[in-house]
Amino acid sequence: MWLFRKTTRKAFSALCFFSASVSILTTASIILFLFFETLEFFKEVPMTEFFLSTTWSPLFEKKEFGIWPLITGTLLTSMIALIVALPTGILISIFFSEVVDRKYRRLLKPTLELLAAIPTVVYGYFALVVLTPFMQNFLPNLQSFNALSAGIVMGLMILPTILSISDDSLQNVSHNLRLAGYALGATRLQVTFFIVVPAAGSGIFAASVLGLARAIGETMIVSIAAGQMPKLHFNPLEAVQTMTAYIAQVSLGDTPYGSLEFRTVFAVATVLFILTLILNFLALKLKISLNSV
Amino acid sequence: MRFGNKTATRRELIFYALCLIVTSFALTALLITVGAIVASGALKLNLDFLLGFPSRKAEQAGILPALLGSAYIIFLVAVVSVPIGVLSALFFEEYLRNGPIKKMLDINLKTLAGVPSIVYGLIGLQIFVRTFDLGRSILAGALTISLLILPVVVIASREAIRQVPGSFREASYALGATKFDTIWRIVIPFSLPGIITGSILALSRAIGEAAPLICLGALTYVAFIPDGLFSPFTTLPIQAFNWISRPQPEFHQNAAGAILILIILLLIVNSLGILIRLKLQKRLNLG
Repeated sequence: MWLFRKTTRKAFSALCFFSASVSILTTASIILFLFFETLEFFKEVPMTEFFLSTTWSPLFEKKEFGIWPLITGTLLTSMIALIVALPTGILISIFFSEVVDRKYRRLLKPTLELLAAIPTVVYGYFALVVLTPFMQNFLPNLQSFNALSAGIVMGLMILPTILSISDDSLQNVSHNLRLAGYALGATRLQVTFFIVVPAAGSGIFAASVLGLARAIGETMIVSIAAGQMPKLHFNPLEAVQTMTAYIAQVSLGDTPYGSLEFRTVFAVATVLFILTLILNFLALKLKISLNSV
Repeated sequence: MRFGNKTATRRELIFYALCLIVTSFALTALLITVGAIVASGALKLNLDFLLGFPSRKAEQAGILPALLGSAYIIFLVAVVSVPIGVLSALFFEEYLRNGPIKKMLDINLKTLAGVPSIVYGLIGLQIFVRTFDLGRSILAGALTISLLILPVVVIASREAIRQVPGSFREASYALGATKFDTIWRIVIPFSLPGIITGSILALSRAIGEAAPLICLGALTYVAFIPDGLFSPFTTLPIQAFNWISRPQPEFHQNAAGAILILIILLLIVNSLGILIRLKLQKRLNLG
């Protein structure tokens, strides 16, 4: 039968090899294309302007190319997301692994993980159409596009990431440590907060780094609800523009491909890529050190 | 709730109450998000909306091109990314020896899984739209999304392949089977349920993605049915995004309708996946 011929076997292993090389090619092309276009960009715009100027207006008459407004916009929304998701995620994971009965955990954890399955346009819709008008009732200065509701909703989006990684690391804490604590006469809360949580520390830290990376890379929520105002400020009640939202804005507009204005997109994407790369590496390292304990 | 043998102290009770409040806060947020969509979008669940074309007037607008666009994309992404993903997982787990190369490839895979989706969009634009000259077509969109979810498929499939007990492989070799026979007859059938679960999760992500397709230049206003691989297209999340971006509340309701149909599509794909998995598991248990 053809299935057992030697050529079939050889062809199959070659096929596997070529499939695996797709991932390498992807990485190579990400790096090549991003850096090539960014290099072209820096031939026209000096690097000092890109990193030192505080005005971003490549699409206007008077063009300036200072990336800081986009970076602060990105940091503002992702920090709000982290402020929402981190305490919530950690507390819920402690609740799941230390307090609640296993059968409730088996029910609740997948339910909360549904939050990760919701398409991000849905979150954007929710932030713009439901959350912002609702919060305007008691925050009259809240603009209709603002960093606050985009950030809060993004916090919901990254909650499952933080929850499941910190839950895993709490589960990984050896039961003997807990028993030792009890043997020394510690109460349940003392064991939880002085033994289990510190022991799971690097895992919890990895969870927040990974959550932050996801928040920085998220596009749709901030495009829909945070506005398109690249201004250097830290007021969560006002509109901002994130790096991702800028890329989306240019892609949706009629900026001609190959122009300097379009190249800005690649320069911004390179900064975004490097930022998330650093965070992902950090999380990977933390998780590896966790697994070896 | 499990309080151990002792009765809980006051402090513990306060802590438990706090935990409960936060957990129910998160659950409520999930309910409200989905509830808001259902409340606003349910009115749009009719045949006119489902079979209509986009329009300047919100009440006449429909989502047929977006629905078909999403269907095309999902089908193509599944056809491209699942075979490549499974084959590379096999390469990792069955052919590659442990060592620095495997470690490097492993890190590469995990890094790729963390690259923001919009960066994939820009790369897709450079590779498929410009270099391969596929235009802003369904094919370019599907290939870009395939690249995006490939790492997820590979990681899930590797996990599934690793679950196949080593003794099964050894038994197969002991009977004189070659490596290829073992992979074909033992590893693939036994890891298939896990592979399918992982692939369905990855495909669910593909259905909801809008950012990379926006980069590629998927259109936001498509008044025709896509007629082949090279046709311009739109998808449900992009159509919803387009409607949300408009100031009129009537369009927001359309967006909610489109999102609701998107969620129903997600549910259908997921239940299909579960059905296939159950069927496979049943067959494995019998054999």
